[in-house]
Amino acid sequence: MRSLTCDVLVIGSGPAGLAAAYEAKKHGAEDVLLLERNDELGGILQQCIHTGFGVREFGEDLSGPEYAWRWIARARSADLRVLSETMVLGVDHSRRVVASSRALGLVEILPRALVLAMGCRERPRGALAIPGSRPAGVFTAGTAQRLVNIEGYMPGERYVILGSGDIGMIMARRLTLEGAQVVAVCEILPYISGLRRNLVQCIRDFDIPLHLCTTVTEVRGRDRVESVIVSRVDEQWRPIAGTRQEIPCDTLLLSVGLVPENELTRMAGATIDPATGGPVVDEGHGTDVPGIFAAGNVVHVYDLVDDVSAAARIAGRSAGRYVRQGAPEAGQRIRLRAGENVRAVVPQILGLAALEEGPVVLQFRARHPVEGPVRAELVMGEGAGARVLLSRRHRYVRPAEMVTMSLPPALAAELAAAGDSARDLAVRIIE
Amino acid sequence: MPDEREFICVTCPVGCSILAKVEGQELIEIRGQACQRGEAFVREELTAPRRMLTTTVRVRGGKLPLVPVRSSAPVPQGLLFALARALRQVELSAPVGDHQPVMLNALDTGIDIVTSRAVEACEGYEEKPGAGT
Ligand SMILES: Cc1cc2nc3c(=O)[nH]c(=O)nc-3n(C[C@H](O)[C@H](O)[C@H](O)COP(=O)(O)OP(=O)(O)OC[C@H]3O[C@@H](n4cnc5c(N)ncnc54)[C@H](O)[C@@H]3O)c2cc1C
Ligand code: SF4
Repeated sequence: MRSLTCDVLVIGSGPAGLAAAYEAKKHGAEDVLLLERNDELGGILQQCIHTGFGVREFGEDLSGPEYAWRWIARARSADLRVLSETMVLGVDHSRRVVASSRALGLVEILPRALVLAMGCRERPRGALAIPGSRPAGVFTAGTAQRLVNIEGYMPGERYVILGSGDIGMIMARRLTLEGAQVVAVCEILPYISGLRRNLVQCIRDFDIPLHLCTTVTEVRGRDRVESVIVSRVDEQWRPIAGTRQEIPCDTLLLSVGLVPENELTRMAGATIDPATGGPVVDEGHGTDVPGIFAAGNVVHVYDLVDDVSAAARIAGRSAGRYVRQGAPEAGQRIRLRAGENVRAVVPQILGLAALEEGPVVLQFRARHPVEGPVRAELVMGEGAGARVLLSRRHRYVRPAEMVTMSLPPALAAELAAAGDSARDLAVRIIE
Repeated sequence: MPDEREFICVTCPVGCSILAKVEGQELIEIRGQACQRGEAFVREELTAPRRMLTTTVRVRGGKLPLVPVRSSAPVPQGLLFALARALRQVELSAPVGDHQPVMLNALDTGIDIVTSRAVEACEGYEEKPGAGT
């Protein structure tokens, strides 16, 4: 087996991997190697042909491919080494990576720092356990997106979409514009799970029927889907008797959530946060395995790619610094927990030494929507006696829209003074 | 009596909920927009809504069978289907450039349809007269 070394190795060339590799190079890593299993760089964005990317990063409303190609051009200008058609098979805690490469065969790579940027994948049908037959014509929305946008193949003519995630809503519009019929979008929750702009421009604009508190309870058809049975559900998601309705269709698309792709992260021995499905990271996006960093949708699923690039820059910078100076002095480390109406907080670990150097941005999501003024707070202690360290107003919160809170460096002194009682802080959203 | 209506601005991914008091097509009062473009959006929604168009166009002899295309600016909403239909009839020959014009002044909107990326030609592909359609 061939053996390679490099300063920083990045696995995955989506927006996260590209930004991390670019930034690592800019911050002191001489030899940066980027690995991608596909023949083309750019990750999932190549199939996201709609616009809405890059408003923050480039001040322009770009399509997915345009956003990807801008970053590919940046990466090229930075003189990175790129190995495409190379699939990473294994990683261990000493950062030894084994990959299968079209050009080099089986290779072993020993980097001084490693950035994981494998993205996320869609929840498949198996995770849903819909009873009924298993005919052809059931696809995840992302698979349908690839078929329609890259391969030029329409998977069906009459569609039901289960789940109101962004990819599902975007596909509803795409298929409608291509001349297909989208007869229903069903969402089990009482609210849509994607962005509200997509409700407007993908669903309402085209008068596509949206059924909330409704799910698919059966798929019918022998060789090909012939219809689905949908039912309204109660608060416990149990189908309500007497609400069954049969909808004829030839294709069922699933848009029921994304999960971080973390097989390799587990192999490396990094601790996974069950709330995000990604590794526990500190403010520099380092995992708890020395020299291994994580960026983008492997950490938690983002809704805006601009935020992916911003977070990946932090990971790349940390990896570059690790190569130059080794692990930074962490100082006191604080555990950040999800409190009331918060699903998960990233980063989960905050080093006070890093906070002294500059602001640290926390990212989190609400568990349930509040359509009125709320406060997002960083608190010490529990319940009514909790001490509020920081409080920010928001006009509303929705699970589909990530909430951010920037911690000012001045907070570091206050936390240091609080000593042990500040070991563990919570983020909460209250009305 | 002015109507209170809620708009979701689709100009950028923030998707502000904007509350507007309107009388007919006239905007009386507006709140909730995080930037000025929100007001322009609501005014346009009241009179002539516009949306970005993105779709794909076939490519002959390319490494990929399709190239993604976009409108250079939002187009009148009522023309989305007609534009998508017209673009289904278009076929480009590889190599296709990035931001290559596909349809200039599409359906007299004054807006161009351009490619969203480049597509290289397939090696060994030779243009045969009459090939394709
Ligand atoms: C199907 C789908 C559609 C999406 N559509 C949208 C959308 O329309 N709008 C939006 O804002 N967001 C969308 N997202 C979210 C989108 O993933 C993020 O916005 C962003 O692209 C994430 O960037 P990333 O670099 O973390 O991951 P990705 O873009 O997924 O990149 C990960 C890369 O890692 C590579 N990789 C993975 N494992 C290995 C391995 N073992 N060896 C080598 N390479 C590997 C993959 O091939 C891929 O290129 C979508 C996600 C999915 C899954
Ligand atoms: S009002 Fe401004 S910030 Fe809000 S969605 Fe519209 S363009 Fe974006």
